[in-house]
Amino acid sequence: MSRILLRRMQDNQSGKIVTIKVGGEMGRRIRDMGLVPGTPIKIQGRAPLYDPVALRVRGFTLTLRNSEADYIEVEVD
Amino acid sequence: MKNGNTIALAGNPNSGKTTLFNRLTGARQHVGNYPGVTVEKKEGTYRRNGIKLHIVDLPGTYSLTAYSVEEVVARDFLVNEKPAVVVNIVDASNLERNLYLTTQFLELGIPVCIALNMMDVAKGRGLNIDTVKLSELMGVPVVPTIARSGKGNIDLMTVAADLASHADTIQPLKISYGADIDGALQEIEARIVAHDFLTDTYPMRWLALKYLEQDRQILEKGRRVNPELARSLEAIVEKVAAHLDETLDTYPEAVIADHRYGYISAIMKQGVLKRQYDTDRLHTSDQVDRVLTNRFLGPIIMAGVILGLYHFTFTYSELPVTWLETFFDWLGNTTAALLPDGLLQSLLVSGIIDGVGGVLGFVPLIMFMFFGIALLEDSGYLARVAFMLDRVFRIFGLHGSSVMAFIVSGGIAGGCAVPGVMATRTLKSRRERLATLLTVPFMNCGAKLPVLALLIGIFFAEQKAMLMFLFTIIAWLGALVVAKLLRVTVIRGHSTPFVMELPPYRLPTFKGLAIHTWERTWQYIKKAGTVILGISIILWAMMTFPRLSDTQLNAFERQRTAILQTAPAPVAAQLAAADEDAALTPAAQALKERLARIDGQQAETALRHSIAGRMGTAIETITRFAGFDWRTNIALIGGFAAKEVVVSTLGTAYSLGEIDPEGGESLADTLAAAPHWNPLVALSLIIFVMFYSPCFVSVACIAREAGSWKWGAFAILFNTILAFSLSVGIFQFGKTFGILNGV
Repeated sequence: MSRILLRRMQDNQSGKIVTIKVGGEMGRRIRDMGLVPGTPIKIQGRAPLYDPVALRVRGFTLTLRNSEADYIEVEVD
Repeated sequence: MKNGNTIALAGNPNSGKTTLFNRLTGARQHVGNYPGVTVEKKEGTYRRNGIKLHIVDLPGTYSLTAYSVEEVVARDFLVNEKPAVVVNIVDASNLERNLYLTTQFLELGIPVCIALNMMDVAKGRGLNIDTVKLSELMGVPVVPTIARSGKGNIDLMTVAADLASHADTIQPLKISYGADIDGALQEIEARIVAHDFLTDTYPMRWLALKYLEQDRQILEKGRRVNPELARSLEAIVEKVAAHLDETLDTYPEAVIADHRYGYISAIMKQGVLKRQYDTDRLHTSDQVDRVLTNRFLGPIIMAGVILGLYHFTFTYSELPVTWLETFFDWLGNTTAALLPDGLLQSLLVSGIIDGVGGVLGFVPLIMFMFFGIALLEDSGYLARVAFMLDRVFRIFGLHGSSVMAFIVSGGIAGGCAVPGVMATRTLKSRRERLATLLTVPFMNCGAKLPVLALLIGIFFAEQKAMLMFLFTIIAWLGALVVAKLLRVTVIRGHSTPFVMELPPYRLPTFKGLAIHTWERTWQYIKKAGTVILGISIILWAMMTFPRLSDTQLNAFERQRTAILQTAPAPVAAQLAAADEDAALTPAAQALKERLARIDGQQAETALRHSIAGRMGTAIETITRFAGFDWRTNIALIGGFAAKEVVVSTLGTAYSLGEIDPEGGESLADTLAAAPHWNPLVALSLIIFVMFYSPCFVSVACIAREAGSWKWGAFAILFNTILAFSLSVGIFQFGKTFGILNGV
């Protein structure tokens, strides 16, 4: 068990969100999509240019830029 | 004060809302706009088993914040119009996130009925949902539906109609948000009640929540209505925010979102949702994505898909396009034969039939193109395109979602910059939006297609599809480079979030595609029928008046008389006696051609003499550096009204100056035969048409969306100068090195 930033996660790696340190519009949009502390996520893949990243959360696929993934800390197995 | 039998359809994007709306209302729909904004408002009527309901399709949203126009429009409708019931479409295969929006409806205290859609998909994914339990725990009716097949629709409407007639005593949902937030909520609510603050419009707890969420719209309203109270409420929020930051390193809105999801999770765990398989199990859609968004295969397939769309459009639309052309040729000839020569005949044939026919002739092409785009959009592939291209767009200071605006504008050729400029409303950042809306007019919209298709068809017939593809790439490159240029000069600044759902791939329904295609095609036809008709008439007048003076007309008449007199009498007599199609002796034929040359000269002199001719001629000294003569200039002036007018004006210009009295030659044949035209001129003109000033409808939209006419004027001047520089460069380069020059 270790804590890393979402950007550092490998393809197909799963983990649980620990914190999301961003407010305002960015924070709102991330939370609207169901990313809140305690939510299990799994990296599904990355765009051809390694950015954005696609992740599996609550049964659907969400995409984020790496720069946005940097606000999210994840506890990985 | 409820709105009688009005039902609002609301839900997340991709939840099947549009499919359900189409199913419920059938052909009885009406598309308009919400007042003051450009968000589409779809309304329709449901009629069955004695139930008659007015259905409003709200824009698809994930939440009810004030961050996007769609969300503001949706919640303003709910609060101000007070529909009798909100039918909340919830994607059963994506239950938790969809219910997040539901909790916000419930907190607003409006009557909600859940349409639990895509039950079949959920079942296929091994999700078992206890709808009775869900209904019980959420306190609202839940009706399972499969919108695609129409299953459950009748039940849904019966339940909604029933709810509409008994829904007077709905209490807003109260979720506990933990000690800190609940405390602040109570404090704010107490003051709201004491001052009767905005309570005529909003439920007080919801209002208090919006204060804690720092909702821009509500904060502004509050400051306007009661500045003093607003300040004290904001102070409470600041206090709790500081406390949360200190103790938990978090924000009030984060705590609120956590608890909403917590509330939903708690419901799920009480036996509502049972999973048969592991959540991480790959669904078919994800397996498809492994290939379609693959690092290497993805971009190749994407290019292939776009190229395939062109082949589909151009190959299959060819036949109906020919039919329409033939029809309008026939109509023109028949009209010309029935009416006596003169102004009326000229107006009808050269002004109206040629003008409108030239535009309507491309309807099949545009229909095929829109069908293809709708297919990509509804299947979910377009979202993958945004995902794969975001990294590229960011380089140019844009957003992955800019893709949509570009594609709507004609990024996959055949759109329109007007809805494209409006589509930029989904972009949150002012700067990225501005850069996008200023550059989308460079795309090859449906109105430029006729110009491109005409010129490519004449001068580059062998590589039609390949060249259309090439010109699309050029449009993209031009737009992106200009966007970058703008983002480092006039509109500098940071970028905005890219948080987007990749919806599962779905096989689009034919009905959905057909409605989609028809709506967009109809918009084009309406434009052709109204604006273009008016403009064709104005342009015809500009090209007809002022007419030649009697002295000038007499001079041509004298030349004709002179030719006839010098000709041998029997030859002249034979020509005078012969029918139009009759075979002539070589001598008579030569005489006929000499006379026709005079007619042609007269027509050309008349056109040069007209207002448009004078304008075109005046700027010819400059435009010849790009290879444009005065006729092309007239057409380009007309193109400011709408780009397709370039074709109709060229048609009018050439048929007015026609040498052949039959007038049956199509514009393509005329241009192909004209000595001045060659592939290089065509290329220079294509580039100019692609990049010069947007049509005035687009300019008006740009000015409105950007909030200032300054940007409208900028688009006209900047684009025209850019286009002219490019065309001069191409033409001079080609001429110097003898490329495509054809001479």
